[in-house]
Amino acid sequence: MSTALGPDGAATATHPPVDAAAAGSARPDPRRRPRRSKHRPVWEERPTALGTGAKVIVLALIVLAVVYPLYTVIITSLSTTAAVTQAGGLVTVPTEVTTAAYRQILAGGIVTRATLVSIGITAVGTLLSTTVSILCAYGLSRPTSFGHRPILFVLLITMFFGAGMIPTYLLVSNLGLIDTYWSLILPGAVSAFNVLLLRNFFMGIDPGITDAARIDGAGEWRVLGQIVLPMSKAVTAVVALFYGVGYWNAFFNAMLYINDNAKWPLQLVLRSYVLQGVTLPGSGVGQVDVATGAVTGLPVKMAVMVLAIIPVLVVYPFVQRHFTKGVIFGAIKG
Amino acid sequence: MTTRTVPTDVTDHAEPVDRSGPGGAGPAPTGPPRPRRRSVWTRIKRDRSLLLMTVPVIVLLGVFAYVPMLGNVIAWQDYSPYVGILDSPFVGWWNFERVFTNPLFWDAVRNTLVITAFQLVFFFPIPIALALLLNSVITPAIRTTIQSVVYLPHFFSWVLVVTIFQQLLGGAGQLHRILEGAGFSGFDIMTNPDTFLLLITAQSVWKDAGWGIIIFLAALSTVDPALYEASVMDGANRWRRMWHITLPALRPVIILLLILRLGDALTVGFEQLILQRGAVGAGVAEVLDTFVYYQGVINGDWSFAAAAGLVKGIVSLILVLGANKIAHVFGEAGVYKRA
Repeated sequence: MSTALGPDGAATATHPPVDAAAAGSARPDPRRRPRRSKHRPVWEERPTALGTGAKVIVLALIVLAVVYPLYTVIITSLSTTAAVTQAGGLVTVPTEVTTAAYRQILAGGIVTRATLVSIGITAVGTLLSTTVSILCAYGLSRPTSFGHRPILFVLLITMFFGAGMIPTYLLVSNLGLIDTYWSLILPGAVSAFNVLLLRNFFMGIDPGITDAARIDGAGEWRVLGQIVLPMSKAVTAVVALFYGVGYWNAFFNAMLYINDNAKWPLQLVLRSYVLQGVTLPGSGVGQVDVATGAVTGLPVKMAVMVLAIIPVLVVYPFVQRHFTKGVIFGAIKG
Repeated sequence: MTTRTVPTDVTDHAEPVDRSGPGGAGPAPTGPPRPRRRSVWTRIKRDRSLLLMTVPVIVLLGVFAYVPMLGNVIAWQDYSPYVGILDSPFVGWWNFERVFTNPLFWDAVRNTLVITAFQLVFFFPIPIALALLLNSVITPAIRTTIQSVVYLPHFFSWVLVVTIFQQLLGGAGQLHRILEGAGFSGFDIMTNPDTFLLLITAQSVWKDAGWGIIIFLAALSTVDPALYEASVMDGANRWRRMWHITLPALRPVIILLLILRLGDALTVGFEQLILQRGAVGAGVAEVLDTFVYYQGVINGDWSFAAAAGLVKGIVSLILVLGANKIAHVFGEAGVYKRA
């Protein structure tokens, strides 16, 4: 038995002592030299206890300022009306968890429809914007190509001078796009900034690689699809995120162009029924309990807010790691 | 899948390789006679795929950015939607006269500039301070975690941010309840015009100050650590190092952002303000963009609103070009490079 277990057993048995010995020899006497972070450069002086304490407190407060509102909104959305009444408003300590609010707003009706509208607009818009931006950026990325300078200029002008709200509204109106979903996608479909972001990245790709493909007979479409794009996943993800977040979060264009509230996107529903407190027909949002004065619809309101945050929270971690130096230019605009 | 371009096309596209020097492979310099300047038509034919790729963006911008620029002619018309843009009568500079003699317009200008100035003082330095603070956190895991957290609110919509503030700090909000419990009452920051500047700046800080540090952190990451080490050898303490190494490294970025902010001086959080104009009133929340919206879309005075919008657009353009010029004079790179 013991011989059959031999190697494994031996390994697990002997490992910790060996480790400890190695560590011991590397650090002769831990008590004499206080622990030093391996990340701290040798020349930097040790932080004072006071300084470190102050820093920890400030950073903790900053993180709390971001996290706490989200926490209390999410907890409230999962609370019962009774818990909200007891807390007198937003709930901080969860007592009873229920998904009643979510079931209520997702059972059909205006919030459900608005969520679907927002998802549709975001999906179609992001796909369209990202695609045309990539194409244009690649089309402008070769410094010797014909006509790229004037086209670039056409793009740049839109960054410095906007036509203004009124003429844009009149155009959308004259094109017959009022009360259509296209009015929420087309007018802002291209951000010159994102095109330039992509173009900068494409121009940084070693021309030797793309030229090799061309010599092997690949056309520009193929070079873009099979060589450039696979090398540009990170910047594409970031640009798609910028566009996607833009479509998801937009509310003013809908306020301008969509009069029919059956076509409202989620942000506009959030504004009317949660921020402005208009009663949402048949769903309890915004209703006030006459007897206690408490807002009974608060969990439902908070559930609408959570719905508006969820896509951002879901996508963010995947894209966030790409906010590196390569896309740092993005910060200027944001 | 097997669309192979003809060989001549390939050599044309491999131009950069040709220019790599006389030592390049093939019969480069004295090869077959090739015209130095190709005709326009040949170049268009050569780059047709690339040109084709830019078409969708050109069409979209052409329709939705450039046509409206032309649409600004209604600022010189007495436009009526029922008559149309082609048949509305021209009225010269009448609309601009009305704009410049309208006290509400000047109120909007004043509010806009006050908000810009206030945020320049109380918002602008915060990301810099935050970046310095975060840069001093040396454990990578902690630093990236905090970064992820503080970037996040940038991706929330203004509706959401304003709603969060309302729910936490508003009349029925959490803070209000706590203050009431402590004996203060009648305090509602969401509807108080006197504290409106503070409110919107706090909202902007909550939403965007975290995101603002990204560019400063990038600038800080390019600083050569040897500079710090050498200055320590020369006896510089941490404050002197910050003053003489860190802040100079940030200077170009700070100036760049100041230019951009100056160019945007007349644009202050339109979505943020239009959401709250109703609650605090037009007296403090009416800025140029909301003025244009209410005069045009709500009141239907299209030509007047277009004139106001055009004034704003042109002044903004002058501001950003001027700020850039100033930056060049002081030897900074600016937003765009000198041609």
